[in-house]
Amino acid sequence: MEAVSAPVIRELSNHATTGSPDARRWRYFSAIVALIAVIPLLAVIYVAFFPTENIWPHLWSTVLPRYLEATFFLMLGVGLLATFFGVTSAWLVAFYRFPGRKLFSWALLLPFAVPAYVIAYVYTDLLEYSGPVQALLREWFGWRTPRDYWFPQIRSLGGAIIMFSLVLYPYVYLTCRAALMEQSDSLLMASRSLGAGALRTFYRIVLPIIRPALAVGLALVLMETLNDFGTVSFFAVQTLTAGLYDTWLNLGNVGGAAQIAALMVGIALALLYLERASRHKSKSYQSGGRTRPLTPTQLTGKSAYIASAFCFLLVFFGFLVPASVLGYYSIEYFDVTWNSEFFRLAMNSLQLATIAAALLVVVGALLAYSQRIAPSALNKSMARLASVGYAMPGAVLAIGVIVPLGALDNGIDGVARDYFNTSTGLIFSGTIAAIIYAYSARFLAISLGSAESGLGRITPSMDQAARTLGHSSLSILTKVHLPLLSRSMLTAAIIVFVDVLKELPATLILRPFNFETLATYLYQYASDELLEHSALAAMFIVATGIIPVILLNRASTAKQY
Amino acid sequence: MQKKTASVIKAALLSAFCLTPLAAQAAEEVNVYSYRQEFLIQPLLDTFTNQTNIKVNVVFAKEGVAERLKREGANSPADLVLSTDIGQLQELTDAKVLQPVKSDVLNANIPEQYQAVDDTWFGLTARARVIYASKERTDLKSISYEDLAKPEWKGRICTRSGKHPYNIGLIASMIAHHGEAKTEEWLRSVKENLARKPQGNDRAQVKAIKDGICDVSLGNSYYYGLMLTDENQIEWARAVNLIFPNQENRGSHVNISGVGLTKSSPNKANAIKLMEFLTEKLAQKMYSEQNYEYPVKPGVEPSGLVLSWGEFKRDELPLYKVGELREKAVKMVDRVDFDG
Repeated sequence: MEAVSAPVIRELSNHATTGSPDARRWRYFSAIVALIAVIPLLAVIYVAFFPTENIWPHLWSTVLPRYLEATFFLMLGVGLLATFFGVTSAWLVAFYRFPGRKLFSWALLLPFAVPAYVIAYVYTDLLEYSGPVQALLREWFGWRTPRDYWFPQIRSLGGAIIMFSLVLYPYVYLTCRAALMEQSDSLLMASRSLGAGALRTFYRIVLPIIRPALAVGLALVLMETLNDFGTVSFFAVQTLTAGLYDTWLNLGNVGGAAQIAALMVGIALALLYLERASRHKSKSYQSGGRTRPLTPTQLTGKSAYIASAFCFLLVFFGFLVPASVLGYYSIEYFDVTWNSEFFRLAMNSLQLATIAAALLVVVGALLAYSQRIAPSALNKSMARLASVGYAMPGAVLAIGVIVPLGALDNGIDGVARDYFNTSTGLIFSGTIAAIIYAYSARFLAISLGSAESGLGRITPSMDQAARTLGHSSLSILTKVHLPLLSRSMLTAAIIVFVDVLKELPATLILRPFNFETLATYLYQYASDELLEHSALAAMFIVATGIIPVILLNRASTAKQY
Repeated sequence: MQKKTASVIKAALLSAFCLTPLAAQAAEEVNVYSYRQEFLIQPLLDTFTNQTNIKVNVVFAKEGVAERLKREGANSPADLVLSTDIGQLQELTDAKVLQPVKSDVLNANIPEQYQAVDDTWFGLTARARVIYASKERTDLKSISYEDLAKPEWKGRICTRSGKHPYNIGLIASMIAHHGEAKTEEWLRSVKENLARKPQGNDRAQVKAIKDGICDVSLGNSYYYGLMLTDENQIEWARAVNLIFPNQENRGSHVNISGVGLTKSSPNKANAIKLMEFLTEKLAQKMYSEQNYEYPVKPGVEPSGLVLSWGEFKRDELPLYKVGELREKAVKMVDRVDFDG
């Protein structure tokens, strides 16, 4: 800890002598936020290296290779399938005209609204032995027992790969579509005039163009896959996240869990690097002045139908099926489930989501603003450091939050006992403060990114004008910038809000006793095969999730037309 | 905007309330951390409050109670922990968050077999780990846990995750009787015989038997009662016979739900009162009526439905031994990759 902070403090003091006091304050603010955001990560690494008992040999010789293998194949499979879904649909929508293209261009984002664990519950319900699909097949073919026919096991690694791909491909679709839309017509014209066919154009022109965008989308897909707990625990796929839970809550071994978490941190950082490096690259790829916007080619005959069918099937399986099943159950069981319990859950979820969104919007805006007022390499790296959390799986953050908060509580209590002879008890541990902390560490990147891009669109001459009129930096922020920023901050707030509603792994571990949210309730009921009783909660999460989808679509298409 | 501000302020106030955990030092109160579900516990606690005027505050948890007590340390507001199995009790003991209780009432009501050696935990109810067998596809009258490793069961067994406490308890008892090497062999053979990867809970296995996915499954005895009294699940229960294993030799493996007093207990006297209440006849009877379990207090009859399943011979192995072998059992499940 000391070793990390010493150079930072030195650097800060250097700045202090060069910058104005105002700038210095802003830099200190960034440094403090970055420190708070990165504590969970440091805590995980600390506990991993200094565990109370060494379970590492047991883990390495038994389950860890399995966890790693399952995680690897899951990520590989999801990576390939989500790329196939996302790139193909982006390519079709960007370059071609076919029936329903306008509708699909936004509908393809709808599966975003369905959390992976929700789609997993729905398809299990449909496809398991006693589900309607197999029952119908048995009726048709006169089969009697499971031994009469073969049917794929939905609860398997393969099943998990399909579930994740169905709801995560929109990341790839979104980034690739944006990259393709930015291209000028001349590229394609050139390719076509030289006699290259569609497929050849795709390989020689399209793929190199979208590679950086694809890498960004793919990194996000894989981060989400690594983060998931609900799906893999339900499908009994032994990934690192499932292993972390098991080691912590079944073996009661925080040290071992932290060691697994440290491994996951390594994977997460690799993904983060992939994403950052590609973002950087994609900037240099964009053609400077756009000559002519893309004119999509009209598809006719069979190829038009194939294009429509492909997009339709993605939307159908990724959104329409789960939404219909949940909708059906919600209506069917409405009288049973629409009760005070549901309100309590919804209030808990809304409370967490509102606090997190409000907090993060404020902190994100201030952090982004600090970059503007007091720009420096160090300050920039502070902002980057502060947003490292979104690559961290929720289960990892949970350990990283529990350990330091417990130490802090007992520290404060110790001081109070020594000096004031009273006990402060536990101030943070086991309260919603702990959950909010984890959410903040994980989602700060969202509000920071929004605020940065929003501020980037405000010309510095405005700041200068306000300065000459004698305003301080804070009053410029409140009087000039915030009104202009409000839209992008609202978007950020909504995205954080929905992400919190959906969040499962960290919430499960950190929630106070007797405190259920929609997501944790759904997880518990659905794992006990009572999906119909929790469908209303799932429906609520999905319906709320549609709002940011619409916003995302607007934001990504606004530039183009 | 104003609304939002208001809700933020409200939330801040709310969290301020959350931050004072259950005014720990209040007068006549007991604070309970419960692994056991609300439907089961609440009627018992209400009865206790009516009798004694001691208020009981409960927080229900699915997991992580030991972890939490460790972190709360001396400041924990909790007095008692109610657990659903021996593994959790052992975990609490290992975490050193419980204190011994010397009580004549407890000692009189609870047989040695169901108590910790150091008096840190006490069993409250017992349940057998039984075998559910398809009425249609088997004509079993008796079976032993050891039989599940025989080739005749290939592709016919269902069970929940090997890492679940109920299975860990069973495996730990097998280690106690047969030693590690033989138990591991047995576990590998049982894995070979599974009809599908371990998934779902004990009731889901019975449903799988009804669906024809497998012919026998492992499950706790009280689930039979719960399924028979649930209109959605009665069909599952009707598809199976409940068989108490190992009646020809040592008897069926029994697990317990139990209670322990925390080290930091702020309301110790009242907490012990509640512990004692839970071992008396009334509470013992209520447990059995609510959840179809077996009372631990000698001489208390279980509910009528439970009685209808017949008498059975219990494994005499003291539960603390099962607890001690828990970690070995967990590591064995890992080695065998039972869930894979």
